[in-house]
Order: sequence, then C-alpha cells, then structure tokens
Amino acid sequence: MTPVLRICHLYPDLLNLYGDRGNIMVLAQRARWRGVDVAIVEVTLGGTAPSDADLYFLGGGEDRQQRIAADDLAARQGGPLTDAAAAGAVVLGVCGGYQLLGRFYRPAGGGDLPGVGLLDLWTEHPGAGSPRLIGNLVVQPAGDGPALIGFENHGGRTYLGPGARPLGRVVSGFGNNGRDGGEGAVAARVYGTYLHGPLLPKNPVFADRLIREAMERRYPGCELAPLPEVLEEQARASVLTRTGRPAGA
Amino acid sequence: MRIADAEHAAAPRGAGPRGEERVRPRLTAAIALGKATATLSRALGWGGGTTVPGRVARVVEPNVVALLSARLRLGSVVVAGTNGKTTTAHLLAHIMRARGRSPVHNRAGANLAAGIASALVAHADVLGRPRGDLGIFEVDEATVPRVVPAIAPRTAVFLNLFRDQLDRYGEIDAIAGLWRSGGAGWARDLGVVANADDPLVADAVRDLPGRLVPFGIEDERHGRPALEHTAEARYCYRCGTAYVYTVTYFGHMGRWRCPGCGAARPEPEFTACDLAPLAPDGSEFAIRERETGGVARVRTVLPGLYNVYNVLAAVAAARSLGVPLDAAAAAVASFAPAFGRAERVLVDGREVRLLLVKNPAGFNEVLRVVLSEGPLPVVLIAINDRTADGRDVSWLWDVDAEMLVGRATRAVVTGLRAGDMALRLHYAGLPRDAIEVEPAYDHALRRALDLAAGGRLYVLPTYTAMLALRAVLQRWGVVRGFWET
Repeated sequence: MTPVLRICHLYPDLLNLYGDRGNIMVLAQRARWRGVDVAIVEVTLGGTAPSDADLYFLGGGEDRQQRIAADDLAARQGGPLTDAAAAGAVVLGVCGGYQLLGRFYRPAGGGDLPGVGLLDLWTEHPGAGSPRLIGNLVVQPAGDGPALIGFENHGGRTYLGPGARPLGRVVSGFGNNGRDGGEGAVAARVYGTYLHGPLLPKNPVFADRLIREAMERRYPGCELAPLPEVLEEQARASVLTRTGRPAGA
Repeated sequence: MRIADAEHAAAPRGAGPRGEERVRPRLTAAIALGKATATLSRALGWGGGTTVPGRVARVVEPNVVALLSARLRLGSVVVAGTNGKTTTAHLLAHIMRARGRSPVHNRAGANLAAGIASALVAHADVLGRPRGDLGIFEVDEATVPRVVPAIAPRTAVFLNLFRDQLDRYGEIDAIAGLWRSGGAGWARDLGVVANADDPLVADAVRDLPGRLVPFGIEDERHGRPALEHTAEARYCYRCGTAYVYTVTYFGHMGRWRCPGCGAARPEPEFTACDLAPLAPDGSEFAIRERETGGVARVRTVLPGLYNVYNVLAAVAAARSLGVPLDAAAAAVASFAPAFGRAERVLVDGREVRLLLVKNPAGFNEVLRVVLSEGPLPVVLIAINDRTADGRDVSWLWDVDAEMLVGRATRAVVTGLRAGDMALRLHYAGLPRDAIEVEPAYDHALRRALDLAAGGRLYVLPTYTAMLALRAVLQRWGVVRGFWET
C-alpha cells in the first residue's frame, strides 16, 4: 500500500505573509517524488484541526490577522495540537506561527495574544519605536547538518524558557531576539523558527528530516531516497554570497 | 462632476500666497546645484540623475518641492498605490499633453521625495519658474504622508494595495494606516480618485477630506471563481468579519461587502464595462461616467485587467482636471507603454516584450497576459533582491507559477536570485531540465532569444533586473537610456 503523509495547514488564509505556503509545497512535492501520497487538510477560523495528522504547519501573518488567528487557535486547536504533539506528530511554526506555539505574545500596545504553549517561550514587542528585525538569516543548527538559510522580518523578540532549546545558533542575522545568539526553538518534534524565505525550499535536508519524523510513527524505519539538489545548492549559494559567507558553508 | 469648464482654469490656490513667484536666493541656489548634479551624474555615467539632484536641492532648500509645485499654474496630481503608478502617471501625462498641457512629471519612476524634487528642479529655470503648467507625480506608497502636504495636489489617485517589499514597509496594514491618517493636512477640495474594487484602498481613503471619486470594473464575465491566494483583504478592516465577494477580478479586487458591519464597495463614479480583452496586445472597453451619464469607448495596447484599472484611474484623474471624457478616452489609444511596463523592443527584427514583475499579484497578472497567447517555447525571468526590488524573495512562493506548467516549454532564469526562482519553478512542476539558470544578463537574453526561435520573447524582470537587462539592450543599441525615454 502506498504510504500517505497527512499534513494539516492551519489558517492558510490568515497566516500566509511570506510565501509560507511554499513550505507546504516543498513537503508535499518531496514526499510525492519519493512515491508517498500526500493529504493536505486546511483548517481556518471556526474549524477544528484533526488530531491524527502527521505534520501541522502554521505560517506568519500581519498583526491584525495574527490576532484573529490567535484567539481561534487558542480556543479551538490547543487540544488537538497538544494531543497530536504528545503522540509524536511534527509541528512547525514560522514567524507569527512560531510565536503562537509559545505561551503568549505581548504586543507593543499590550493586550496579550494567547499561545498554545507547545513551546516553552514567550514573545514581546519592545515598543512601536523599536526596529523590526529584518534581513537574510543564516543559522547553524544544534547538533549536525548544513546551515539553515532564509530571511527574517519580525517586530517581536522571543525568549526561551528552560523547556525549549534553540533550533540553532545565529551565524548571520538577528534570530530570536537579536541578543542571545539563539534562533528558533525545538522541543521533541515541535519546531519554531523566524526563518522564512520560505524556510524549506532552500533547506532540503531539514525538510526531509521533518518528513521522516512525521512518517516514522506510522511507517517505522521509512527511508527517503536522495534527490538531486543542484537548484537548491544554487539558491543557497546566492544567500551565502549575499551574507558574506562562502558558498558551501 | 462639477468641473465642466475647469480645464483651462488655474488651480484654485495657484494665484494664492504660495503661488507667488518672487526670486528666492536659496531656491535659486538649490536649483542651480541640483541641475549641476544632474549634468555631472550623466557625464560620469552614474545614471539619469533622477534622484541625486533632488536630494542636493533639498539640502539647500528643504521646501523646494512645496515652493516649485506651488508655481505650477494648473496644480498637481499625485498617483499612489502598489502596482500601476508609473503606467497611470504616464497615461495621465499623455492625455494632458494631447490637450496641450505641459506636465512636469517624475517619469522615470523615481517616486520618493528626492525623485519628485529632481523632476521639479529639472523642469524649472534657475529663478524657479517652471517649464510646465501641471505636476503629475507618482508617489511611493509610504512616502504619501510626507510628500502630499508639500505638493498640495488638486487630485490624488489611489490605485491598490498589495503585499510588496515587506522588508521595507513591514506590513500592508501599515501603509493603509499611513494613508488613513495622512489626510489631516490635505486640501478640503482635493479630488480623491480611488479604486472601489479594493477594500483596503476604499477603507483607507474613506475619511480623507475632499470629494471621493471611486472607480471600478463591472463585467462579471471576466470575474474569477474564487479569491486568489494573493488576496490581502479577506477580513473586514472595521469589524473583522470575512468579506463576501460576489465577483473577484484578481487578487482581492472585486465587488465586496462585509456582512458584519455593512461596509461595502462604494458605487463607482467611473466604471469599465463591456470588456473585450485583446491580450497580450491590449484591451478594449467602455468607460461610463455616472454623474453625466457619458460613455466612451477605449482601446489600449496595455494588456490585462490590471491595466484596465490604470486606464480608468488616469481617465478619472483627467476628468477631475476638466478634460472631456471623449477626449481622454481618445488619447489613451495612442499611448505607448512606459519603461519596462509591457514595453516592446526589437532585437534583430525579433520582438522582446518587457513586463515588470514586483509582487505576487502583479506577477500572476503578467503570467496570465503572457500565456494568453498560447503555449510558449520560452520565458525569461530575472529576479534581483536589491533594495528597490525588495531584499526578501519569499514572495516568489506566493506567485502562481503553476500556470507555466505545460504552457512554457522552457524557462531561462537570471538575476542575483535566479536560484530561488529556479526552485520555485521546479516545485511548481517544471522539470529540472526545462529550467536554465544563466547568471549573466546578456547570456540569458541571448539564450532566451535563441530558444524563442524568432517568435516574440517575453521577459519578466524585477525592477533592478529590468534596469540591468535594459542596459544590455542599450549596449546592443536597441533601447535608449531610461532618462531619455
């Protein structure tokens, strides 16, 4: 029987600011190119996320859209997401979606946005006069693997609690808060990051890791055949050149 | 409209205290220095001198924009919006020239304060007397609140708002907010020509002072079945309820209303209807004016629905300056596209068509135009990530590049971020061997011309990639410098 990867895309019409749907395209195509069927469920306002997907994705949105999504997410999806994560599903949040996986987001003008608390972290906006953290971002992931490459554009600064560790160390750019050198967060299979660009097209090793972890639960020992990465390498090289890093770093 | 015979009248404030033409030594120095800078810039091959002269002049006389624009006898028009500013401003200038007017115009698309100052300096003598009688200025969307009070326009045109250069602007809502709050210092008799089909624009301008002149398309045959992925305005800006669209044209343009608070598309004063697209070679439609009941038929070489909006906006602005509807519509027919916006160039007898792409909504519309001709052997796409392009190329993933699959045999990609475009095309479903990455602009152009095999070649560049490709075409001797066009 053909294996199936079940993806749940949360609030695609609200959290879609920086080409975030590219992450879904990459997960789906890279799975299909390995002969894996892909089923994508989109959940938006008023809907309820299934608790049996293999991978959940939340992108980023403008402040207004993020607030609309945050209330619905906390009220309706916290349960299914927490259950799924506890059962070993992969959860990936990017930018605004990353912030909402934490405990809360505190905007400049007050009025906290609730998070779902899957990651032990919080985010605060330091005030209307503070610059947004914008630019190309290169991150060396914790453990092993090639640098993660993308672009960041966020006003909020994120701080990790003891229950989460950074996804990696900033090589070039700002990362979580522009101060402690950490970028993103991970706890078990829940991932959050400020890397868009979008994240996955230029980071195929990370994309495959997510697919493998998402499928492992129902297809133990599943292997993903290697794919040619020529275009990926060209795209990575252009960012590394523009951030002053040698290609291949 | 109540401007039936305003065509030959000076702007109301033209003879007022701001319009006085006494000699101002500081202004004279600013103009002289600005002009010298422009000459030097061209002599040194730094480019057309479309922004630096204005920057220099503003250092010497910070009020140079206000002082010089106040001396334009017929006042000024400003054009703002994400897409279509340059085309709309050029169209309006073309219409006004056909009426014997002499517009002062930041025609090379230099639309920040320095670019507007440069245009004013270039079109004035050293005593500050304008060579021209009417200002037509395209204004960067975020620069609107700073520049509009200085220009004190008779008419302000608001075209649309789409996600664009988020690395610079942060958020689209921030731009809408700037427009919304910008009105305090604006003239009470301002004509506000605004796109009724864009709820973001309609909401941003609704409380501006002056007279609202909405424009929109009404031809449901050209509607799309659903909101596109690039739609920005899905939820009401006043109450947060999801908008209901009875028809959408592209992006979030359409007939919208909010079932929550009752906000709705304003009734257009100028309507485009009875549309007959001649894409990729233009379109034909009727423009209806509500108040007078006038109707005029328009034919334009500008392709796509997005250009129907640009034509409507230019005609509405011309009407606000007193031009008869028939005359405005007739002038549109003889308009040739501007600088990389559906511009046509001949290379060894073969046609190259440049269609600027800046953001997902515009890119999608350009793809629709390009592919309306039928299957193509090749397209050339050139993506840069310099400041003027937007440093963040993630927007490429919001483009519906899937349209190309099965309809373009090959894609040649170039520019600083050719790799990102190549990846986007590949994930859209184009096979790897159908995508050629060619970093050098001239090689890419040559290769694409070869693949086009004598047929028309479509080139889709971002802004600075367009400048680079035009520089190649200029070296080949087929186009002129952008400051000369």
